[in-house]
This record gives sequence, C-alpha cells and structure tokens, in this order.
Amino acid sequence: MADVSEKRSGKTARSSIDPSLFYNPTARGIAYQALLLIGVALLFWWLQSNAAANMAAQGRNTGFGFLNSTAGFNISFTLFPFDRNSTYGEVYLAGILNTLLVAAVGIVLATIVGFILGVARLSPNFLIRKLAMVYVEVARNVPLLLQLLCWYFVLLNAMPPVAQSYGGVEVGEAGLVVLNQRGLYMPRLMTDGRFIALLISIVVAVVIAVWFRRRQVKAMMAEGTRKPVLLPMLGIILIIPIVAYFVFQVPVAFNLPVRQGFNYAGGFVVPPEFTALVAGLVFYTAAFIGEIVRAGIQAVNYGQVEAAAALGLKDGDRLRLVIIPQAMRIIVPPLTSQYLNLTKNSSLGAAIAFPELVNVFMGTAINQSGRAVEIVALTMAVYLTFSLVTSLFMNWYNSRVALVER
Amino acid sequence: MADRSLTYVRTEMAEALPPPKSTTGISAWMRENLFSSPANSLLTIVGLALIIWLAIPIWNFLVADAVFSDPEGLRGEACRFEGVGACWIFIQARFSFFIYGFYPPEEIWRINLMFLIGVILMIPLLAPRAPFTRTAAVLFFLVFPFVAFFLMAGGILSLESVPTNRWGGLTLTLIISLIGIIVSMPVGILLALGRQSRLPVIKGFCIAFIELWRAVPLITVLFMASVMFPLFTPQGMQPDVLLRAIIGICLFESAYMAEVVRGGLQAIPRGQSEASFALGLSKPKTVALITLPQALKHVIPGIVNTFIALFKDTSLVSIIGIFELLNTVRAASSDIAWQFPTDAVTGYIFAGFVFWLFCFGMSRYSIYMENRLHTGHRR
Repeated sequence: MADVSEKRSGKTARSSIDPSLFYNPTARGIAYQALLLIGVALLFWWLQSNAAANMAAQGRNTGFGFLNSTAGFNISFTLFPFDRNSTYGEVYLAGILNTLLVAAVGIVLATIVGFILGVARLSPNFLIRKLAMVYVEVARNVPLLLQLLCWYFVLLNAMPPVAQSYGGVEVGEAGLVVLNQRGLYMPRLMTDGRFIALLISIVVAVVIAVWFRRRQVKAMMAEGTRKPVLLPMLGIILIIPIVAYFVFQVPVAFNLPVRQGFNYAGGFVVPPEFTALVAGLVFYTAAFIGEIVRAGIQAVNYGQVEAAAALGLKDGDRLRLVIIPQAMRIIVPPLTSQYLNLTKNSSLGAAIAFPELVNVFMGTAINQSGRAVEIVALTMAVYLTFSLVTSLFMNWYNSRVALVER
Repeated sequence: MADRSLTYVRTEMAEALPPPKSTTGISAWMRENLFSSPANSLLTIVGLALIIWLAIPIWNFLVADAVFSDPEGLRGEACRFEGVGACWIFIQARFSFFIYGFYPPEEIWRINLMFLIGVILMIPLLAPRAPFTRTAAVLFFLVFPFVAFFLMAGGILSLESVPTNRWGGLTLTLIISLIGIIVSMPVGILLALGRQSRLPVIKGFCIAFIELWRAVPLITVLFMASVMFPLFTPQGMQPDVLLRAIIGICLFESAYMAEVVRGGLQAIPRGQSEASFALGLSKPKTVALITLPQALKHVIPGIVNTFIALFKDTSLVSIIGIFELLNTVRAASSDIAWQFPTDAVTGYIFAGFVFWLFCFGMSRYSIYMENRLHTGHRR
C-alpha cells in the first residue's frame, strides 16, 4: 500500500509543473523555434541599428543608385569596351564576365588534365603511377594562393622582354602569336553582325546532329543492327556552317599584333595575370579532379566489365556503355563541386591583380564609392547564383542517373 | 606388400628448384611494371624524360647553385650573382621572423611555452592507447585556448602586453587554424543536427546559414569581415583586425564542417536511433550517445580534409594585411637588406614546404586513424 501511495504522490508532484505543456513535443518545438526567431530578429535589429548609427555619423549614403554613376578608374582587361567614364554597373559586369571567363577556361583545362591524371594514377606503369601520385600530393597540400603567386612570379620572370619575344618580329611588322612579359598576343577576329548568322548555324547544326543521333540509336534499339552514327554527325556539324558561311558571305579578317618600337599593338592580348591565374587554378584543381576520377573508376565493380564481355560487347562499347556511365554517376557530383570551387577560387586573382569580380568590385569599387554593404551584397549574390545554378544542375543530374532500386 | 621397395620411385621429395630467372629480381619487376607492352615502354621513356627534365633544374636550384653559408656576413649580397639558386642563408637568417612574426624577441619564450603545452596535451589525444586521453581533451579544448591567449596577449601576471598586430608567422597560422577548428567543430555539429531537425524554422535557418557561407569564396568573407564588421558594431568599438578575420573564418568553416557531419549522420542507419528509443533513451541522449559518435567516426577523413583546407585557407588572411606565414615570407623577401634575384622564389619554396609538411602529415595521420578506428562494421 505504501508503494502505491508513493507512486501517487510522485504523480501529483509532477502534475504541479503542468506536464501537458512542458512535456508536449509540439509545444516545445514551437517554443524553440520562437526563441530562435526572436534571437535572430534581435541580432539583425542590433546590427541594423549599429549600421544606421555608424553611417549617419560618417554621413554616408545608401542605396543602389551609385551603380549608374561614373566609376572613374580603368580596368586593365575587359571583354567589352571600358574606360574611366564607365559606370559602377559596368565595373560589376566586367568583373562578372572576367570571373566567368577564367572559370570557363579553367574548367575545360582542369577537366582534361584531371582525367589524364586520374587514369595515370591507375596506370599499370609504375613510373607514371608514382609521378601522378607525387603531382597530386604536392598540388593538394600547398595553398592555392602560394601556388598562384609562384605562377605569377615565374610567368613574369621566365618570359622574355618585348625585344626577345617568342614568335617576335621586327619593328613595324605583324606577328601571329607573340609571347613576352607583357602577355600573350593573338590575332583578333574582325567581323560584323553577319557573324551571328554563322554562330546560329553552328547551333542549328549541333541540334540537328543530336537529333540524328537519337533517331539512329532508337533505330538500333528497335532493329538490333549497327547503324552509322559518328561520321554522319560530324558531317552535319561541318557542312551546315560551311554552307551558311558562303550563303551569308560572312566577312572574316584578323587583326594581327604589330610591333611598334617597345611594344606590340593590336591583336587579342592575354595578360600574364590571366595566364598565371588559369595555370594556378588548373594545376590545383586538376589534382582534386584526378582523385575523383580515380575513385570513380575504381568504384565500378569488375564484375560489370566481365559481364559486358560475356554479353559480347566490343572493347570500346564496354568502356563507353558499361564502365563510363557507372563511373560518371560517382564522378559527376564531386566534379561539379570542384567546378564550383574553381569558380570561387578564381577570386584569388585579386592577389595577383587580375581584374576579376572581387578585385575590381569588392576591392577598387568599395574604396572608391564607400558603399560597403551594397557592394558586398551584390558580390555575394553573384557567387550565390553560381552555387544555386550548380545545385539545380546537380539535383537534375542525380534524379536522372539515380539507381533504380527494387 | 608395404615394405616392398619400388626402386623406380623416389623415396624422398626432390629439392625445389629456384624460380626461373625471368620471374624474379629487378629485371622481372621492370619487365612487368615498366616494359610490359610497347605502349607501356613508351610511357616509361616519356616518364623518365619528364623526371630528368624536371629533376635536373630542381636539383640545380635547390642544391647545386644554392647558397648555404654566409661566413662573411654579406646577407643579400652573398646571393646577388648571375644564375644563383635558392638562397638558404636568407631562410636561416629570417627563420625566427617566419616562425614568430613581429613578436618582441625577449617575449618569445611565451610562444615556445604555449607550443610546448599544446604539444604535451596533443600527445595523449593523437597517440593510440595513450593514458589520460579524456583529461587531455578537456584541457586542450576548454582550458588551453585561454592559457594560450593570455600567454600570447599578456597583460596579466606581470606579462608584458603584446597587441595582436605584432603576432605573426607560423605561430599565427597555427593559432588561426586551431581557433577555426575548435570553434567550427561544435558549431558545425549543432548546424548539422539543426539541418536534420523536424522543426521547420530551425531547419530553414540552418540550411540558409550553411548554404550562404558555402556558396561564397572565403576571400569575400574576409573582405566582408574587414569592411563590414566595423560598420555593424556599436560606434566607437573597433573590433581587432585579427579578430574580424578569425570570426570570418569560423563562420565559413562551421558551414563546411556542418556538411561533413551531416554526411556522417545520414550514413547511420535509422535502426540505430530506433533501437535507442526502444531502450528508452531520450532524444538528446540518443544523439549524444548513439548516433553522433558513430557519425563522427564515419567522417574522420572528412573532418581532417576540412581541417587541411582550413589550414591552407589561413594563407588568405594575408590579403587583408595580416602577417601569417605566407605574408611574413613575402615581407621578408622585399626587405632591402635581402635583395637578390631569387628572394621571392626561395621564400615561396620555404613557405610551400612548411604548408606541405603540415598538410601531408595530417592526411597521413587521418589515413592511419581511419584504419585504426575501422572496427569491422564498415560497408
């Protein structure tokens, strides 16, 4: 009896602190969330009031109107005409385009080097395998910033002065490809609006070729016989633009770099900063991509290869239809995140004075205009967009290649 | 019958013959690994050519043309000649600057003492089967940061006060990365748990926080910290430049750590937490005792990778003018007394080697730990 009464008294003691609400998971959840919301709101309110007070004290303006005012500084390398009278909006655009250019070139080269490295890491050849390993261990374990500084230093110091340029010519003559300390000079394409027609015809050709391949593959599936795919595809891609070129009479001329005393003028100039940035990014990212590729290939079960052989698939088909699709399922997600990393790392161009987004916008433009909050927000928005686009692609890809599990 | 000897059959085993010459020794190894096919032989030759092409200039630069001693005390002068290689006397002379930065020379014993305490505390943490692991962990993560801070900053117990703008070199690199890891571990775990929460506000907040920091490059975070923090703090309060950078790094690394931990949490089968609930453990206990330890063990390589990335990323604070290892090296090589043709390269090689040593060491240690903690239920 004593036992029972004790239990009862325990129950009454507990009920005095209202078990229904305190131990109710829903009520607790709402309370936690409300606390977090209030905390975050208070933090933002505090930050905002500080910022308002500070800005009032310094007499600073806010708002995005400054994007239309003249920036008053020049940018050494832009993809569109830019001078001191350009606006901050154009600075922003120039920075984004430069970042995208570095990212695009870097991604293509890093993928090529990375895939070669990944295969080399699995090579039956001892020497090649170990060389690839040394490369990976060195490139991954040294900070990218340090590597970029080294590349920049080497490119500035190992390149010849203007008078002894590689591919250089006498004063007054035009060179084709000229390389010296000032940069890499290449012929620049000179054309007009009709060039767009040529570009459109190339796109049309690729679309038709892809459609043709689909049709052929479907036919192969239905009939069970081999049909030509690759050569007709190449034919389509080549013939349509050539026809378009003659039909529209597209003018194509090249502006060559001409030596004028102590410098070269004209042509398309790639500054050494760009080359150093791309070289550093490629050298660094390729090591990571190499490891991803190696892991992806190793993850494909060897039984798959044997099964494909047992089904009578040819060597090339075995690789193309069995190994690569399965390896790609493992390779692509980390590969995309490496691409995103490369894009983000291109912001280190600021350290070697390459005018990419962070350098021109977060560096120079903040100092000139004083609009810290707006500029930081705009810059971060660009990278956030890149990241969101990448993750959208990833979700689409993952849902496409996901294993169909039974 | 049995004792009848069959003279035409051997009564004992024949001595085993040595393996054929072509399958043993260095020649067989080379035939198998280097010259197994014409294509393979070609690759070997290309590889050898590559090694020779790279190794000779590297050897010349590092050893043959390098300057190792400076008996006459010429400093930069000793390396100022045509075709000079690495100038090791430069590293030797400025070594303490690279390690301690601008720290007052008579106070350097404080840094050394801090390192000593740190290393002593780390031995039980890192070595397998060492005693006092738990005590050392508590001391290292909860007590050591404060001891280290007071040793570095001074201002109490008659220690001379040293402002943070005099901290520098490898010391500062290590300090930033250690603070980064000590802060980002718990914050990252909380964010990862929050991201898995069923409460929509908490989950949304954690996702927004993680994705925001992961989307932007560290350099924009550091720029933001250096230009925007003064704006967002009350008037008259100027946060220390180093503190701004460290806060930026901690925010950034916590987001990465959170994703690593989340990977581990997702790898734990649901049965583990269901079994724990069935045993009557509460939700916090289930997380703390059942899922989190297993998840963390799963992601040790990921945590070490994050730490290696963090260690390399500390070099970025040099862009906002903090003198960590890379920046001290750059400052020293632009010193007038040490002007010589290879000053920058010598410095970069030294800094690169130090970074490499730490990162490579950590990655090897992670592989070793992974194998040791491999307790048999790996899929």
